[in-house]
Amino acid sequence: MKKFSWRGLSIVIFICVTAFYLAPLAIPNLPEWWAKNKLKLGLDLRGGMQILLEVDTSELSAADARGAVDQNIKIIRERIDQFGVAEPSIQKLGENRIMVQLPGVSNYEAAENLIKQTAMLEFKLVVSGEEAKKVLDTVDLNISNNLSFFPKLAELDKKDKSILADKADSVKAGSGVFSSLVRPGEVDFEVQYSDVRLIQDLLADSLFQQAVPMGYQLALDKADTESARADRILHVLSSAVELSGADLAKAKVEYGSSTSTDPRIANKPYISIEMKREGSRKFERVTADNTGKRLAIVLDGVVYSAPNIQERISGGRAQITGKFTSSEANELAIVLNTGNLIAPIKPISTSIIGATLGSDSIRSGSMAGIIGLIAVVFFMLVYYKLCGFIADFVLVFNVGFILAMLTAFGATLTLPGIAGMILTIGMAVDANVLIYERIREELDQGKTPRSAVDAGYKRAVITVWDANLTTLIAAAVLYYFGTGPIRGFAVTLAIGIIGSMFCAIVFVRSILDTFVITGTSKKLSI
Amino acid sequence: MRVLKNANIPFVKIRYYAYAVSIILILAGLGGLIVNGLNWSIDFTSGVAAKVNLKAKDTSVAPLKIDKLRSILKSNGYPEAEIQFVGPEEDATFMIKIKSKTSASAVSSDTKTQILEIIQTNLSDYIKGKDLGKDVIEEIYEVGPKVGGELRTAAGFAILISLLLMIVYIWFRFEFTFGVMAIVALFHDVFIIVGIFALTGKEITVQIIAALLTIVGYSINDTIVIFDRIREDLKIYRKEPVAEVFNRSINQTLTRTIITAGTTLLTALALYFFGGSVLHDFAFAMCLGIIFGTYSSIFMASNLVIDINAITHKEKQTMQHLTKRK
Repeated sequence: MKKFSWRGLSIVIFICVTAFYLAPLAIPNLPEWWAKNKLKLGLDLRGGMQILLEVDTSELSAADARGAVDQNIKIIRERIDQFGVAEPSIQKLGENRIMVQLPGVSNYEAAENLIKQTAMLEFKLVVSGEEAKKVLDTVDLNISNNLSFFPKLAELDKKDKSILADKADSVKAGSGVFSSLVRPGEVDFEVQYSDVRLIQDLLADSLFQQAVPMGYQLALDKADTESARADRILHVLSSAVELSGADLAKAKVEYGSSTSTDPRIANKPYISIEMKREGSRKFERVTADNTGKRLAIVLDGVVYSAPNIQERISGGRAQITGKFTSSEANELAIVLNTGNLIAPIKPISTSIIGATLGSDSIRSGSMAGIIGLIAVVFFMLVYYKLCGFIADFVLVFNVGFILAMLTAFGATLTLPGIAGMILTIGMAVDANVLIYERIREELDQGKTPRSAVDAGYKRAVITVWDANLTTLIAAAVLYYFGTGPIRGFAVTLAIGIIGSMFCAIVFVRSILDTFVITGTSKKLSI
Repeated sequence: MRVLKNANIPFVKIRYYAYAVSIILILAGLGGLIVNGLNWSIDFTSGVAAKVNLKAKDTSVAPLKIDKLRSILKSNGYPEAEIQFVGPEEDATFMIKIKSKTSASAVSSDTKTQILEIIQTNLSDYIKGKDLGKDVIEEIYEVGPKVGGELRTAAGFAILISLLLMIVYIWFRFEFTFGVMAIVALFHDVFIIVGIFALTGKEITVQIIAALLTIVGYSINDTIVIFDRIREDLKIYRKEPVAEVFNRSINQTLTRTIITAGTTLLTALALYFFGGSVLHDFAFAMCLGIIFGTYSSIFMASNLVIDINAITHKEKQTMQHLTKRK
């Protein structure tokens, strides 16, 4: 029994990871979670989905309007980048339209949602008890004086005089037509599922907003995606904005541990936010002045959570909890991070689009790739004989690894991407060439195969590291600072470098050590 | 079989000829840039996007193939048109994007008329019985660049930082002059290729930019392999003049340099000859990049280090610094 080797283990992991990500390409009928990790083809090869959006600049001045479209394009691009749809095409069309093309069609609804979300984040104090009740009473009064402006409520008022009388008085918040729609809950008011739609319409109605007394605002809590027909909570808020999205520095999705004592985050995704310096100062002041009250976190007019302020909070960190699914939380974090759209956008049309390249160019591209690959493989075989064969054998795994990692990173394969990969193959043998040439030099000095391989590797590996690490640093920087296509390029480059370094330094070496140079071999076929 | 075994070519001695060749190439490229400028593709410039419906009313006419439309536009003055289906193929509705020939700002009615003329003369079967005014070109817009100014600035910034960090890494692992000269050699390669694109009027697309970045990676790789050998040899041949050690190192690594250039060039040439029109320019840039990247690694980077040290009289310090560590 040989002793345990890290090298062997790493090769096994290397092959397993490659097989895991490539399996969906080769084997049909895999389980859903596995099969969905499939390498995507780009707009040029496969086409995808096109969303045509119109930017509503009617509220802006002419000068602002021009900038607004460009600014929106930038924000949409950032959102799509973070969402992970690689290689989109985003272009301005005419004066105020934006054409977004996304490769593939899966998950495109989520992408559309993500694009058009405005995400206005506000922190507002919750009003409760007698004060809240008084607000509802005023709303009732204002509405009953102007009932003709609210046809739906008027209808309800007429019809429900009798029905309302049937309901037990205790479940109603008040006797007015509006407050009869809500009932007092433990701390706030509750709205029955059947009335949610009506309340939503009212909250969006500017006339109704005028009926709410100055300095106050009504808002529903977030709907639970998993049980959509649940009752909702109506909050009465003080309309002063204590903190807004402008104070936000960073939003991140986190998961509460299953042992957490807080039921709102236990085992659930939540969004942790970090505020800018100015924002955290404001947050500290607000929490100090309002200890004991509740602070609502409001997004686009919907209350996500309204936790109790237990003490002054410094450091500018907060959590948005709510009934999220993890994908909702992800989208929300992206939208919060990329900021508000300057002007609202609405989708005009969506259509399936075809590939920008003809099938002929795809065919000849793949053809050229195969020819190039064969040429390199043949050369290595002739020039380095058995060692060349080993390099070729490992090259197959290397190509597989590159494809597998591209899948893992959710990259999109375009024709130039494929061409780049083919060139990577040309360069991938470089590490082998470096090492083999060095081994030959050592053999020329009369060393035995064993010591020539050892000495050759020892020297050449330094060179391989220096040469590749320089490029790897460049790739990391391009990934970190770059956007869109630059990022995709950096990922491909980095994967190619890591794959070929591993193959030459670890994989080929292992084969040489295990099968080729056994005991006292006198000759090395190189 | 061995390529260039025990070569002993006086690379260091003939470096001034190489410098002369490079300067001529750079000047020629500069001339091309000044006279012709760069031919930016529709990826970077505004253009015209038209949604064109070419579904024949007569059902006996076979649906139009995208390749046919592409070749018609190509032979009628729009070789770089980008065409894709909008909606299912049997609807024969296409999105055509072309560079505006007249002015970039106006969706000129000229472009519309030109497209219509091309369709009328070449595809009359598909428009029979249709109102040319509104049924064929359904929508036409001015379309902004895919890679706008903002994206370009961001990319430029990212590339600049990565070059700086490369200098820092080489400085750390080798020596400062080596770091700077490696980057000078990179600029040399990229500039010559951009110059050739300017001279030939070939389009600069996103793919060409990717090719240039690949070349940067390739060339720096090549250069460092030689630097590494120089560092090693300076420790072994302490008594020899530095220029001789440099020359020996370049020769010792020559076999590897040529083989790697060869295998990479093989694949690039395969793309050039068999890859079809789309990959033609990409492969062209790559071939140039491999040739000049190899050339600059052999003739430029390390030789420039010798000359800079001669100018600054810091040869001794540089070499001490290089061999001291590691």
